[in-house]
Amino acid sequence: MFQIIRRQEMAQGTIIRFDINAPKIAKKVKAGQFVIVRVNETGERIPLTVADKDEFAGIITIIFQVVGKTTALMRSLKEGDMIRDVVGPLGRPAEAEKIGTVIMVGGGTGVAILHHVAKAFKESGNYVIGIMGARDRDMLILENEMDHICDELVVTTDDGSYGQLGFVTDPLGKYLEERYDIKLVYAIGPIVMMKNVVKLTKKHNIKTMVSLNPIMIDGTGMCGGCRVRVSNETRFCCVDGPDFDGFEVDFDELINRNSLYLKEEKDSLLFSIR
Amino acid sequence: MLEHDVKYLKFKTYLNTYCPHCHHSFNVERKDHKQIEFLARFRGEEHDLRLSPYLDVFEVESSADIKHGEILDDLICPHCKKGLVVKEMTCGECGSPLAKVIISALSKLIPFYVCMKYGCEWHGLSKQDERRIKLKIPRQDMPEQDQTLRVHNHQEVPYGYTTELALLEAGRCLQCKNPQCVTGCPVNVDIPSFIAFIAEEKFDEAAKRIKETNLFPAICGRVCPQENQCEAKCIMGHKDKPVAIGRLERFVADYERKMDLVKVPIVKSNTGQKIAVIGSGPGGLTVAADMRQLGYAVTVFEALHETGGVLTYGIPEFRLPKSIVQFEINYLKELGVRIETNHVIGTLYTIDELLQEFDAVFIGVGAGLPRFMGIEGEGLGKIFSANEYLTRMNLMKAYRFPEYDTPMPHGNKVVVIGGGNVAMDCARTAIRTGSGEVTIVYRRSRHELPARAEEVHHAEEEGIRFKLLTNPVRYIGTDFNTVKALECIKMELGEPDASGRRRPVPIQGSEFVIETDLVVIAIGTGPNPIIFQSTPDLKRNKWGYIEANPETMETSKEFVYAGGDIVTGSATVIQAMGAGRIAARAMHEKLTNVRNRKPKKVTAKA
Repeated sequence: MFQIIRRQEMAQGTIIRFDINAPKIAKKVKAGQFVIVRVNETGERIPLTVADKDEFAGIITIIFQVVGKTTALMRSLKEGDMIRDVVGPLGRPAEAEKIGTVIMVGGGTGVAILHHVAKAFKESGNYVIGIMGARDRDMLILENEMDHICDELVVTTDDGSYGQLGFVTDPLGKYLEERYDIKLVYAIGPIVMMKNVVKLTKKHNIKTMVSLNPIMIDGTGMCGGCRVRVSNETRFCCVDGPDFDGFEVDFDELINRNSLYLKEEKDSLLFSIR
Repeated sequence: MLEHDVKYLKFKTYLNTYCPHCHHSFNVERKDHKQIEFLARFRGEEHDLRLSPYLDVFEVESSADIKHGEILDDLICPHCKKGLVVKEMTCGECGSPLAKVIISALSKLIPFYVCMKYGCEWHGLSKQDERRIKLKIPRQDMPEQDQTLRVHNHQEVPYGYTTELALLEAGRCLQCKNPQCVTGCPVNVDIPSFIAFIAEEKFDEAAKRIKETNLFPAICGRVCPQENQCEAKCIMGHKDKPVAIGRLERFVADYERKMDLVKVPIVKSNTGQKIAVIGSGPGGLTVAADMRQLGYAVTVFEALHETGGVLTYGIPEFRLPKSIVQFEINYLKELGVRIETNHVIGTLYTIDELLQEFDAVFIGVGAGLPRFMGIEGEGLGKIFSANEYLTRMNLMKAYRFPEYDTPMPHGNKVVVIGGGNVAMDCARTAIRTGSGEVTIVYRRSRHELPARAEEVHHAEEEGIRFKLLTNPVRYIGTDFNTVKALECIKMELGEPDASGRRRPVPIQGSEFVIETDLVVIAIGTGPNPIIFQSTPDLKRNKWGYIEANPETMETSKEFVYAGGDIVTGSATVIQAMGAGRIAARAMHEKLTNVRNRKPKKVTAKA
């Protein structure tokens, strides 16, 4: 049993932040790693990336968008409530070495993970440029935290209600044109965004890492549900990832695989309402 | 004469008895009342005497007042009036005279002897006759759930032996002096001795005897491939079918559990040393139980939220009820084993960190990384690894979706690739979750199917089709990127390969298409990389599994042991248990040495 210490609503209640008491995991988890959460006895196992940790307080932070039954259920939890299972840390941590200038691109809830990775890159002495995007002003999360970490930060919104109008690829393209010292681009967000980022960086031949979020069950390499095609090989996101070289990832297959359970997701939600 | 007239005599089964002289039957049946009637000479007078047809002398009924311990003078056939007492033999127990009757045992007439002393239980037949009868008792089948009903539920298929069937089956055992079955068992269960206990109706003692070597008979009796192990070596198998050792094992284990006879043994005094076991599958549980009984403090780390490993996530409910697995795990808990779920060793703690805390570590994480064929279209939707399919169904209880949140993979035309037990489990799970048509695609022939014979038999009964000598070539997808069909090629068997099985070779131009909307790939597993990522100094063999000394199961790292699928690759539950047993023994030996080597505390003198 893992207790929720703090609960915070973001983006008008569509994105929730939990601080969970998990001292063993907090001690070990690194940027880019994730945990598997099972809310109750009948719950499903869902992977959630750790957005932050406090080793001394024994707390890990998860931030998730309410999309399906399990996340809707989690949203209804209050401070002090218990979560049945939290397993982790899982996956390989992001390799945040000192390499020079890096661009961190994040979209939507992906910013939650991105800011943890960005922090790691900043701590190892890199010059970090942050680009974060959202649908509109209300959906923007963790702007202050990102601002604190990044040396430069650009914010875009799809409707122009805040920051620059447009997608994250616009300022990214600009940076890639103007700056020649960029060593790495890290993109975390919706698959379509990552796909477009990779399209752009491929032109400039700048190494791009992406963090994938396929469907997962056990998260320990057992089920193969999270398989992704990377450099034409079957790789498992949970043990080989979740971060992969963006140039090699077959994004279309990932999009298809992630949309497999949309109908069941709806049925499940309806069942829980009934 | 009907075959079921007599099965085996030792078990007080109903007997048809005949006079050896006039061959007239002694049996009398009136409604429910069955008995055999004789004339008896007692103290010089003739009396009527009725025995129960079980030839149990205790239940004698007579006009004479026969007291316990008194010996009849003669037993006489009421028809030909000839005496039945024989001179050449006496009772094996009390030396009293014997009466000879003829019994019909499986369409054979065999002399049978009864002691004339009232109260003496001895009755029997000569050794040769006994063997002749035993060979005639057919192997007993377990009663099963009806095949048309069982495809609609997830309950266990066989109900297990009844006491009567178990006695009959136990009676088939020849009690060989040099039992081959024991050598066929990976943990060398004393098979003849536990069967002898069953024959004597001492089921509890039979269970205790098995548990001396095999801790989880209820599980092994259900999932061991007995036909390749103990039963393959059974002498009875040469002439007839082998003794159903697995079914008997299951019977006594179930009896013990249901009768609440399981007792938690008293653990030897604590050694003060600590053992970490990684993985709560069959191998890990065996090590945990063995080491705990020897007085070590044992902690089991399990990555999933549920204990049991493959017994829980892999083997379906209808083959191994989860309540049995949990019963065995509760037993371990009562023994004092600590179980930590949700602990992934490798990322949460490394092996080196464990070694700082614990005196020895056992790695029993299983193989677990599913293999894919790497053919075109494998990334399409509704193509699952067997692990994913079974994990969803068993561990996450997806078949109860939407009550449970995990969505259930469902298809109308399901194809399962592979021919092992896992493939059978997937296929039979699919048919239970409402799939109209389930086909198993296997590249070799029926003879090479690696699954247990019983599972193949059950699968066929349940209407699962077998496409043998067939190999998938590519998947064809729909517009929605889910699988639509599977293109296969016909195979033929060529020369034997390294494993001794004949290698399948594709027949050119024989491609054909099977329509399907859900595919499960059950072609085996590879080593899980999590442990290796954090412990690069653990030596691995050429297949990537952990290299362990077969005599001690110790790995290249001192005090680190390994066993089960992570050493051997995909194998059986009992093999993992066998490895666990070897590791526990070696661990105990080594740790005992360490204990003795430690300088004893010098008590300070005042």
